[in-house]
Amino acid sequence: MERILFTGASVFSVLGVLLQGPWQTGIAMLAVALIAFLQLKRSRLLAAIATGGMALVAANSLIGLVDEAGAVNAGFWCLVVAAWLLAWGSVEQLSAIRTLSKIYRTVLGVVIPVLFGLWLLILWELLTRGLDVPQVLLPAPSQISERFMSSGSILWADFKQTFLRAVLIGYAIGCGAGFVVAVLIDRSPFLQRGLLPIGNLVSALPIVGVAPIMVMWFGFDWPSKAAVVIIMTFFPMLVNTVSGLSAAQPMQHDLMKTYAASYWQSLFKLRIPEALPFIFNALKINSTLAMIGAIVAEFFGTPTVGMGFRISTEVGRMNVDMVWAEIAVAALAGSLFYGLIALLERIFTFWHPSVRS
Amino acid sequence: MNDASKVIEVNGLSLTFPTSDGDVQALQDIDLTINRGDFVSFIGPSGCGKTTLLRVIADLEQATAGSIEVNGMTPEEARLARAYGYVFQAASLYPWRTIASNVALPLEIMGLKGEEIRSRVERNLALVDLAGFGKKYPWQLSGGMQQRASIARALAVEPDLLLMDEPFGALDEIVRDHLNEQLLKLWAKTNKTVVFVTHSIPEAVFLSNRIVVMSPRPGRIHEVIESDLPPERDLSIRETQSFLHLANRVRDGLRAGHSYDEVS
Repeated sequence: MERILFTGASVFSVLGVLLQGPWQTGIAMLAVALIAFLQLKRSRLLAAIATGGMALVAANSLIGLVDEAGAVNAGFWCLVVAAWLLAWGSVEQLSAIRTLSKIYRTVLGVVIPVLFGLWLLILWELLTRGLDVPQVLLPAPSQISERFMSSGSILWADFKQTFLRAVLIGYAIGCGAGFVVAVLIDRSPFLQRGLLPIGNLVSALPIVGVAPIMVMWFGFDWPSKAAVVIIMTFFPMLVNTVSGLSAAQPMQHDLMKTYAASYWQSLFKLRIPEALPFIFNALKINSTLAMIGAIVAEFFGTPTVGMGFRISTEVGRMNVDMVWAEIAVAALAGSLFYGLIALLERIFTFWHPSVRS
Repeated sequence: MNDASKVIEVNGLSLTFPTSDGDVQALQDIDLTINRGDFVSFIGPSGCGKTTLLRVIADLEQATAGSIEVNGMTPEEARLARAYGYVFQAASLYPWRTIASNVALPLEIMGLKGEEIRSRVERNLALVDLAGFGKKYPWQLSGGMQQRASIARALAVEPDLLLMDEPFGALDEIVRDHLNEQLLKLWAKTNKTVVFVTHSIPEAVFLSNRIVVMSPRPGRIHEVIESDLPPERDLSIRETQSFLHLANRVRDGLRAGHSYDEVS
């Protein structure tokens, strides 16, 4: 595979130089690709570092040329393809290295997705600027990050309003209440049968219908957004906890019975631990639901701060780079939030077959 | 024998399960007395009610007719007084607890203090040859070790009566032989009363001093065979004439209990 990629990189480098691309970059890439191709058997790691590094240097100089008049020609795009193939070959090398070292594998597990993401950004940058894509349609990553840096205080205020208040508080109350209600209705088949279908009904409610009503009830500030988040997270937690609490095997219940265990003893020592994988499932689902809920709810009336508010107003002003900066904040916060819960899940359900490996 | 030596007394006990196809008679007219220090096996084909009878003794099922006393109490009173330890077909250890804290589980429920729990856990793990494995998790041990841990858990309650429902049924032959031998030693050492459910003739003959042969549909006691084997036994006893003779008697009893040729 990597041989094909390096051959491709060489071919496109030559093409790039012939079609009047920046010849220094083309020659350098051709040299590195050929050496990597010929010396592949010596050391995969070395080949990977050389080709990956070369690809990044080439990408950097191409990005530097993108605004010069006449620089973006067919040769330029050939060199972009060559750099991209070189980078691909480099990652192929990295993932082909067979090793037993655990640390190396952990590092590799981080490096490969980071490189992948980096190249996605590089291609995005080259395509938007090279093809002169209007900023309203899709700003380049550099413009977004520039806006990100210069609007730090606004982004932080929005983040505080939307994530730290509406999302976290709503999430904590919604999940906590779902869990407590599940434990309370556990002893009442009547409430279980009555409440669970209503739960499904509420989960199916469109958030755009609920949000304006919550704004009317709880005002413009974050409590109304937290209320939307509570509604969205309560029932997934309720439904999952109820089914988790009935996950224990009959034999385990019999065991508790032979110990003459009380209801609460078997709840805390058997049924809640047994329900933990279900509960964490709900916590993970809810972490994304809470983000969506809080941001969308701000479209229906807010004070002049908040991620949803910013998105809806800046899009109206054609400040699309600000919208993208908010999206980046939301994506970053959302994935960190999810990752934190997934980490807690691994710690608390280390014994579950899906985790213990 | 005086009354104090009776651990379990069953008179005219019947149990019917209601099902969608009508009532199923699981047990019919059971009369049985088990004395202190007995090792009694219930043997019979599936559907003969041997497990159900054990579960009635443990108050996990309730009889529909007749009477039953455990330590002179109703089964429910006996259960609430933690009069017995129960070993299930599967170890059913909690995967989120270490072996030691699995053994400690019933003791925590009983409300014992930390020091007492620790010493009992240690003592009973040593009794089943699991000293040093307390910090492992159940899924890190073999099936045989897990089942031994579950026996330690039942013993930790320190009951005089041990109820065992095919505890070694899921294990392979060699492990099973080994555990049978260990169980006998344990019985001799602790002088407990053991009620043991099995469908293996050699296992029943090797372990018991009384063998209750049961027959199915409806479940009832076909015959109670007293063992004439010496109380001190090791696996080599299975080659002796008296062992084979006893095994044949059990086999004949099982066969006679069947009204039709279904089991060889």
